[in-house]
Amino acid sequence: MKRVVITGAGTINALGHSVAETCEAMREGRCGIEQLEFRDVERLMIQIGGQVKGFEAEGQFNRQQMALYDRFTQFTLFAAQQAISQSGLEFIGELASKSGVVLGTAGGGVSTWDDNYRAVYEEGKNRVHPFVVPKLMNNAAASHVSMEYNLKGPSFTVSTACSSSNHAMAQAFQMVRTGMAPAMVTGGSESMLCFGGVKAWEGLRVMSKDACRPFSMNRNGMVQGEGAGIFVFEEMEHAKKRGAEILAEVIGFAMTSDASDIVMPSKQGAARAITGAMQDARINPEEVGYINAHGTGTAANDKTECAAVADAFGQHADNLMISSTKSMHGHLIGGTGAVELLACIMALRDGVIAPTIGYEEPDPECALDVVPNTAREAKVNVVLSNAFAFGGLNAVLALRKV
Amino acid sequence: MSVKDKVIGIIAEQAVLEPSDVTMDSTLEDLGIDSLGLVESIFAIEEAFDIQVPFNANEPSDSDFDISSVATIVAGIEKLVAEQHA
Repeated sequence: MKRVVITGAGTINALGHSVAETCEAMREGRCGIEQLEFRDVERLMIQIGGQVKGFEAEGQFNRQQMALYDRFTQFTLFAAQQAISQSGLEFIGELASKSGVVLGTAGGGVSTWDDNYRAVYEEGKNRVHPFVVPKLMNNAAASHVSMEYNLKGPSFTVSTACSSSNHAMAQAFQMVRTGMAPAMVTGGSESMLCFGGVKAWEGLRVMSKDACRPFSMNRNGMVQGEGAGIFVFEEMEHAKKRGAEILAEVIGFAMTSDASDIVMPSKQGAARAITGAMQDARINPEEVGYINAHGTGTAANDKTECAAVADAFGQHADNLMISSTKSMHGHLIGGTGAVELLACIMALRDGVIAPTIGYEEPDPECALDVVPNTAREAKVNVVLSNAFAFGGLNAVLALRKV
Repeated sequence: MSVKDKVIGIIAEQAVLEPSDVTMDSTLEDLGIDSLGLVESIFAIEEAFDIQVPFNANEPSDSDFDISSVATIVAGIEKLVAEQHA
């Protein structure tokens, strides 16, 4: 078994257009959730979200690329450029033929579906642009990253709703760990903040109209976000040999399925994933200092997640910190685990624990140290990142300080 | 603007060339337009003239629409536009 390290990170999300901007916002406990801006937003009941602002695709991509890239692909390529450039890797020869890209997204090109349905249904048009299919397909982003960086090994897209990115990163981790690939580009992206995307979520009645307040007694639902988080996972000796800067080590993961309900989370399924990740990483629960929570701000998730953590950690649940950064960047759905991994890396590298902002009232069913409202300095050596998806599909990653 | 000038304008934009660089005897290959560029050009032509171009990318040679050069494309579009107005 090989050891796996992270040698590059990139992002764009409501908190910033880079890792540095995002981590600074997390340190300051800044909220990126604002009034949404897009066509027909006035017809929505839910009008807030963690929307990426000030991103001009026109300056980033040429006309032909613009015609082919949905916003989720644009976010992916923008973040991938940062990650791969930070890693210093150039994919040529053997490295290129064995390395690939595994990404998560739940919806893929949602705004491409939305714009073109609007054209044919609402505007009565009978013709759509020939690139509609290559633009909206869920694997478009992974494919464009492979083309842009000459990644010729295993590449695909994982779609497991809110766990997509964690499942994708777990796959990439496993490929490097087993020696199948020397390096993998991984993470995920999502861009559902368009009329149809938000309207669909409204239907479930789980969205907050005013704020995402995970673990707080007065929480009233989730808030959607958008963006991407992309990483380079690399075999440790490969990284050391070339003197690469190592951001953190990925030490284990576990995936479980609740096999019970399509939307309601299960404490057992979540707890099994947490325990499984610790077993896979060969760590004791006492070593875990921080958990980046799934923490959606819904009534169901937060109490179930806290109960699962209490079950998995026993006494130690009261000693560790657990925070939800969704309170700041919103829920990026299939891209969320990737952006949240940045909070894990910040905890390990900088000793700064991102807060759960918007926290107003303690909830006895979420009686853990949720790092309310203000970031905290703390030395942690091992962290976990939770993702629990609709459909009962759970994926937890474990990372260690290097 | 004539049908010919409009079609040349669309092809030139697709090829990222000046319209003056697109001659009637150029082939799409000469102009660097690949298969995806071709379907995009046909889409732009359909939008510009509000016509339906009978072109199937699986069997370009069997289509009723001849794409072997700019001249044959222009002639094909002129015929379709004329039929539409007839």
